[in-house]
Amino acid sequence: MNISVRNAETFEFTPENLTWAAGQLAKYPASRKQSAVMPLLTKAQEQNNGWVSVPVMEYIADMLEMPYIRVQEVVTFYTMYRQKPVGKHVIEVCTTTPCWLRGSDDVVAACKDELGIGFGETTADGEFTLLEVECAGACVNAPVIAYKENYYEDLDNDSTRKFIKAIKNGDIIAPGPQTTDRHKSAPEGGPTTLKEFCATPGGDS
Amino acid sequence: MLADKDRIFTNLYGYQSWQLGAAKKRGDWDNTKDIIEKGVDWIVNEMKSSGLRGRGGAGFPTGLKWSFMPRESDGRPHYLVVNADEGEPGTCKDREIMRHDPHKLLEGCLVAGFGMRAEAAYIYIRGEFVHEADVLDAAIEEAYAAGLIGENACGTGYKFDIYVHRGAGAYICGEETALIESIEGKKGQPRLKPPFPANVGLYGCPTTVNNVESIAVAPTILRRGGAWFAGLGRENNTGTKLFCISGHVNKPCNVEEEMGIPLKELIEKHAGGVRGGWDNLLAIIPGGSSVHMLPKDICDTVLMDFDSLRAEGSGLGTAAVIVMDKSTDIIRAIARLAAFYHHESCGQCTPCREGTGWMSRIMARMVTGEAELDEIDLLLDVTKKIEGHTICALGDAAAWPIQGLFRHFRPEVERRILAYKKSRNAA
Repeated sequence: MNISVRNAETFEFTPENLTWAAGQLAKYPASRKQSAVMPLLTKAQEQNNGWVSVPVMEYIADMLEMPYIRVQEVVTFYTMYRQKPVGKHVIEVCTTTPCWLRGSDDVVAACKDELGIGFGETTADGEFTLLEVECAGACVNAPVIAYKENYYEDLDNDSTRKFIKAIKNGDIIAPGPQTTDRHKSAPEGGPTTLKEFCATPGGDS
Repeated sequence: MLADKDRIFTNLYGYQSWQLGAAKKRGDWDNTKDIIEKGVDWIVNEMKSSGLRGRGGAGFPTGLKWSFMPRESDGRPHYLVVNADEGEPGTCKDREIMRHDPHKLLEGCLVAGFGMRAEAAYIYIRGEFVHEADVLDAAIEEAYAAGLIGENACGTGYKFDIYVHRGAGAYICGEETALIESIEGKKGQPRLKPPFPANVGLYGCPTTVNNVESIAVAPTILRRGGAWFAGLGRENNTGTKLFCISGHVNKPCNVEEEMGIPLKELIEKHAGGVRGGWDNLLAIIPGGSSVHMLPKDICDTVLMDFDSLRAEGSGLGTAAVIVMDKSTDIIRAIARLAAFYHHESCGQCTPCREGTGWMSRIMARMVTGEAELDEIDLLLDVTKKIEGHTICALGDAAAWPIQGLFRHFRPEVERRILAYKKSRNAA
């Protein structure tokens, strides 16, 4: 198969990812390899600096014995597969109604101002990509930014600026609520239920 | 208010560890073998008698759904699929179960899977929930290592596997047949029903798709008895429920409460009340973005359950309560939802693919007032032409918020259109 007109580079999994891929395939019946296309694409994207190129799709298609077009269909259907290069840090801001009600406009403004780019754009130094996303599913901790494997919650303009500056400085910021001392999705000031239970130490996830 | 002793999700907020040791102390995996040895019929009947209705939005009786699985296998394996593709705007309860109480879900998979003679469960989790999926993976590993699932699950001789399948960003995969397509490695486009998944589901095999919360409450129901669960809430609307209270409240939060709790009480007791006081309330979307909004006068008295909200022309949906105070630009709030549905339409059915775009574009103009008065009826006509004319319910879900807006706030839209005209004429 050679339809790599736009991308001359090649792609193959690292030995480590290849082992991981075998583990994914084991989840599905032997005759249903195609089921592994989504996890494999996700892993390949990770290895390929955050985006899915044509050689990536060809490689996955060959591995799963799928027609190339079926892989491309999946890539173009799901929003988390990125079809062009992205920055090292991808900042995803939720702007759907529950986040908007809690001030996602301020979060968006802070991101655009700090980064000097708009939605769908990447900074000239290739460091940051800013994306608008639909409901992140953390609405009681709105507004929310998704970054790497975590959510940064209860944001406002100032805390968003602080968050982006921290990434620029290479600092690690703890995920979860950023502007309040609340515990995850419990109400600010402490739970209204299960008070006794919540006071029992049992470690954190 | 629901007593703490009747709460199922004691680690909802993650004050304690999600890990197996802590979960066992909370009562999970306590003599699960005993439940399984009571047999399939006992499990299904107990679930039926609990009155549990599906927690993913549609509210279909869970025990009845399980009973639709073939009694005798024709050689095809049976599957349980757990819908963890949580993405209905306003909803964030399954996330808490998965990151803080994953063993409740896994034990639920085992007893539900046994109840439908399934050989495996696939948990389909939205791709954005990376941390949550990592926790789930680690919890599954713990459960295998402890012999709770696998070759000889809980020492019962029953073989049962649980797998996590991560999505990659598509709201439509919360629709059960789209979800099944997605696990099969395809675009998530819903299938026509019939055949229903209970006959032809994942890989063409009998399959039941249940929401995370529906499955996670099952072990507690089976342990404490269907009658216990049925004794909470109201008839036909039984049990406890996770509520997500977002928007203009003083203290947004998730909370487990009794079904049928008055909406006002829910907000005032747990979410610190509406910002600026109850009288500052404009409207509430009571069950996730797909249901009709309720103006304040209905919110004053309505109960939070399936039948009460339905009687008001709305729905309990996922019990995600989105509160909007009087500062809200209600037209923009709904226009943003219209944009959401346009973005998330899978494109399979023409009325939805084209119609969500039309609705979103007209709504965007109504935010600024740049529209004609007769476009209101045109827009409502479009909603009616989408509603009921698509394979899945996304079309309906896109139509209802707009219908809800005009049912309660039409004069507001008209005022804005006239104000825009006036400003244009003045200029």
